[in-house]
Amino acid sequence: MTDAADMTPAAPVAAPSAPLRDRLAAGLKRRHARENRFRWYGRLAIIAALAFLALLMGRIVSQGYTAFYIHTAAVAVHLDPAKVDRGYPAGSNFEQMAAEQMLARWGETDDAAGTKAKALRSLFSSELKFRAAEMVTRQPGLIGETVPVTAPLSDDADLYLKGKISRDVPSDQRRLSDQQLNWLDRMQADGLVASRFNSALFLNGDSTEPELAGVLGAVVGSALMLLVTALIAIPLGVGAAIYLEEFSPRNRISELIEVNINNLAAVPSIVYGLLGLALFINWMHLPRASPLVGGLVLALMALPTLIIATRSSLKAVPPSIREAALAMGASRTQAVFGHVLPLAMPGVMTGAIISMAHALGETAPLLLIGMISFVPGVPAAIDQPAGALPSLIYIWENASERAFHERTAAAIMVLLAFMILMNAAAIILRRRFERRW
Amino acid sequence: MTNRIYRAADGVEAGAPPPSRVTTPVKISARDVSVFYGEKQALFDVSLDIQDKTVTALIGPSGCGKSTFLRTMNRMNDTIPDARVTGRIDMDGEDVNARAVDPVLLRARVGMVFQRPNPFPKSIWENVAYGPKIHGLTTSKSELDDVVQNALKRAGLWDEVADRLGQSATGLSGGQQQRLVIARAIAVNPEVILMDEPCSALDPIATARIEELIDELRERFCIVIVTHSMAQAARVSQRTAFFHMGRLVEAGDTEEIFTNPRERRTLDYITGRFG
Repeated sequence: MTDAADMTPAAPVAAPSAPLRDRLAAGLKRRHARENRFRWYGRLAIIAALAFLALLMGRIVSQGYTAFYIHTAAVAVHLDPAKVDRGYPAGSNFEQMAAEQMLARWGETDDAAGTKAKALRSLFSSELKFRAAEMVTRQPGLIGETVPVTAPLSDDADLYLKGKISRDVPSDQRRLSDQQLNWLDRMQADGLVASRFNSALFLNGDSTEPELAGVLGAVVGSALMLLVTALIAIPLGVGAAIYLEEFSPRNRISELIEVNINNLAAVPSIVYGLLGLALFINWMHLPRASPLVGGLVLALMALPTLIIATRSSLKAVPPSIREAALAMGASRTQAVFGHVLPLAMPGVMTGAIISMAHALGETAPLLLIGMISFVPGVPAAIDQPAGALPSLIYIWENASERAFHERTAAAIMVLLAFMILMNAAAIILRRRFERRW
Repeated sequence: MTNRIYRAADGVEAGAPPPSRVTTPVKISARDVSVFYGEKQALFDVSLDIQDKTVTALIGPSGCGKSTFLRTMNRMNDTIPDARVTGRIDMDGEDVNARAVDPVLLRARVGMVFQRPNPFPKSIWENVAYGPKIHGLTTSKSELDDVVQNALKRAGLWDEVADRLGQSATGLSGGQQQRLVIARAIAVNPEVILMDEPCSALDPIATARIEELIDELRERFCIVIVTHSMAQAARVSQRTAFFHMGRLVEAGDTEEIFTNPRERRTLDYITGRFG
């Protein structure tokens, strides 16, 4: 019921007297000035926010872009039959062979202890050994020949070639000696060094060697964890929200539940980590540090926000739609699932994806369930130990090798790209489900 | 047929009522109906008979309880938390509030049209087909098509939408939407149609079309219409009930109410002295 009848004719307005007009004019000026001021506050706030964002992104990108390429060296390795372990090729010291070969080529003589070879050898990544060993395993006939092997340089050598280690620093304060730097310059002059895309960063799991470390293990770990979270939190959260909003009676118990859900949304995430540790690991004995446990903990954490977001988008559906369906003789379920939920869908989707994106970036609960630990390799199933992107960033940032620092920034970029992808999905889904009414 | 309509809620019988000219049987009979929203009582002991194949107008100032009373007839008050209905409402002699009556079935028999057109944000066809679909009234697509076509024709909308049944109903004008909603209601072939100020959001031309439509529909349905416009009540209804402050003040033949009301308050209202 609304009023259409309350329309009294407006009293005729007398022309305002001169002083009144002046007062009105003065007031008007003040009102406009206030509006302008507010407009400028808004603009300043946005400019400040954009500046900080640009600063943040600029810093991450400028620090991290160098991680996307890596220097490799093409070296000739003489596969000396006396030094190659035929039974276990990876046990042979191919780096030493390569170093000796190179010294001989440059006409440098080594001392009896092989100090020079040792120093030169440390410029190659251990990947050199594995590649050579692989060649030998595949073609044992190569033993005795001299074969070219292309492998990454060690992290420190890579940093020098990227210009991150300067000769100006006194040699006792840097990781490479003058001699090693000279060798690197010489290798570069000889055209042995090439810079190429660092595919290891995307195809490898974590490693203690920065030049071999990659984010794939963490990306897969995060993706598996998110899968578990989504499969548990979305149906449960949306279902609970629909029940609470559309079906449950309004009484003291439902009010209590509502207050509790709102409170749970504000509980620090580390508390969910503790809960997960106690419940899933200590009591249910699920595998520690696995995406399964991580996903369960994040699902618990995401549920309250998901329920709140879903409820508010259900609330935003005009009641006239609900009434129309009910008055047609639709049952409550038919009204909700046939009319209300489809209209609330864009909001539900957005809520779900934003809470998933939030879960993706969460680190604190992972700390307690053992996911912040060094996990080499890529997890193949949800019950295997795995890392996650935020925890990888944390581990790399704390690593002592300087080469990990640029990789930290690169991992942050990967995480951001992951999130941008999810938010883009949210926007696309929203567009698709959006209907006007 | 004897007249069972009059029973002024405040108990003052002002002389013998003239015999009603409306002779169709009683479809809905309300006895001592009160409605409470939480602590607040919105309707006080309303007793009113509503006759079949007749348009009954419920008039009165805002907040007088006429919409509340309307909503007791298809139990839409059930959907409001804290709403409580006492008294008895019989439809064809059966208590609609009885525990055995499923509101879903009741609402299939009692259609409703709201103040603001509220088509579903779906196609025109789907809007009209919705009722027959959920109640399982048809067995084939072609039968359903016929039902949709008939309903749209009866609602006087067919000629305007025949070539765009697949388009969104929200793209129609307000008047068309309201006729679509009426088509949606009559597609399930209800016995009663309740209309809650169906023209208050429409312009005069659209209003005139709806009023014509109501007059046509009267042949087949029992229609109860809540309206703010006394002119509309006079134009479309045969019976009128005047509500004031949650009480039924007076009910009778529309002609009688508008020309010769028995209650002072009715006279004041229809002559525009309050409300």
